[in-house]
Amino acid sequence: MLSIENITHSIDAWLNSMFHPTVVLLVESLIVGICAISLFAVLGLVLVLMERKVSAYMQIRLGPNRVGPGGTLQTVADTLKLAMKEGLTPDGADKFLFNLAPFVVIIVAMLILAPVAFAKGTQIWDLNIGVLYISAVSSLSVIGILMAGWASNNKYSLLGAMRSGAQIVSYELSAGISVISIVVLTGSLRIQDIIASQQDGWWLFKGHIPALLSFVIFIIAVTAETNRAPFDLAEAESELTAGFHTEYSGMKFALFFLAEYVNIFIVCAIAATLYLGGWMPLHIGHWTGFNQVMDYIPSSLWFMGKTFFLIFVIMWFRWTFPRLRIDQLLNLEWKYLLPISMVNLLLMTLIAIEGWHF
Amino acid sequence: MFLKKYISDVFGAVRSLLKGMRLTGYYFTHRKEIITQQYPDNKEEMKLPERFRGEVVMLHDEKNEHACTGCTACELACPNGTIKIITKFDMTPEGKKKKALDTFIYHLELCTMCNLCIEACPTDAIKMAQNFEHSVYDRSELTKKLNKPGSKIREGVE
Repeated sequence: MLSIENITHSIDAWLNSMFHPTVVLLVESLIVGICAISLFAVLGLVLVLMERKVSAYMQIRLGPNRVGPGGTLQTVADTLKLAMKEGLTPDGADKFLFNLAPFVVIIVAMLILAPVAFAKGTQIWDLNIGVLYISAVSSLSVIGILMAGWASNNKYSLLGAMRSGAQIVSYELSAGISVISIVVLTGSLRIQDIIASQQDGWWLFKGHIPALLSFVIFIIAVTAETNRAPFDLAEAESELTAGFHTEYSGMKFALFFLAEYVNIFIVCAIAATLYLGGWMPLHIGHWTGFNQVMDYIPSSLWFMGKTFFLIFVIMWFRWTFPRLRIDQLLNLEWKYLLPISMVNLLLMTLIAIEGWHF
Repeated sequence: MFLKKYISDVFGAVRSLLKGMRLTGYYFTHRKEIITQQYPDNKEEMKLPERFRGEVVMLHDEKNEHACTGCTACELACPNGTIKIITKFDMTPEGKKKKALDTFIYHLELCTMCNLCIEACPTDAIKMAQNFEHSVYDRSELTKKLNKPGSKIREGVE
């Protein structure tokens, strides 16, 4: 049967039969790197187009519909335009940090890609602290944002970056606690174990109301962490022009833009892995007939379907809710999300100890 | 008491957010709600809303008669000096002098389509037309004379 797992295994076997193991390792790293970069490029194009279409339909508009069939080539044209623009560095900027910042942001986004399981047996690095690694690395992106804001030598950029820092530091907490509540249920930080534990049903359904609550809190927290509306204070077009990337143009701006969308993809992939079973098909208890039918759908399709559904939900948020003020944003986290998620974690621990989950 | 308010706050917030999402979700799934007009493509069948305002026109009937008495109410109502009315004195059959409209000058380039002149007009002599393709090669073409040459006031309009 043709699956991504079989393809990767046959490539691995073929390389091993031809070359020395060290060469094989190097070549495979190169292939993975190329795959990751091309995934980034494709994701950027697809997600930007999706965002524009979704926003258009939600605002009773048509959206891009001139370039290519139904406007599908619009983002390709936009990217070409950005690639040909001059990457201007302002005179008063700290040139080294200014040029480094977009790469820091994009490299952090690439690092989080490592433990994400795209399909059955398709994972770049199955490390045993996968979830911890994700939450540790994802908080690094704020360094890139602060770097961009500081180096731009622009008050709007700095304000946007400081807001972004406050926001990410606060929302990491409730995102982390939501992740822990699933770790409590599975008893493992490894992504493959978490997915395997959802063989007979997703945690969202198996964990009763606490799982649902922690899922909602996780989605809210990651929306804030990726600086998306209604938490897009770091950019806040109406007050800060474009926040931390005000001074960026050309390809460096495109990198920030790309990192934003790739981050959305990654956090949605993680939410899908933790709560919706990753690549695991929808299995309901002991309905063997139903479960077998679901198994015929390839695991990569399951993963992509769940992830894109969550991305759609986050876009839905963006085009429905008004932006929060900075004090409202911090109120929401410290007075509502954090206490609720702490109580929720206690409930979840009780459920896990007593074995009340299905 | 505090806890009750806290919980009701959370539920109220969730309910109102879901209400908003229901509306946008409805728009997302119902394409017939889309109001975009694909303008240059649908020039023939384009339908503008009834209250769309494009420019001020003066109504003339088939006998080339209008209802403007030259009272300058529209000129006074206009916030940015778009309208200039030049009046003359006609002789009535009884030999009395009567004020009448000579030229109704309308500066389209200054007009903001605010509709105040139409509301001010006591005889409904002017109205808003829906034509919006106003581009011309010279600015002076935008200064228009609204009463047609040779037109006169309709009988019985005071």
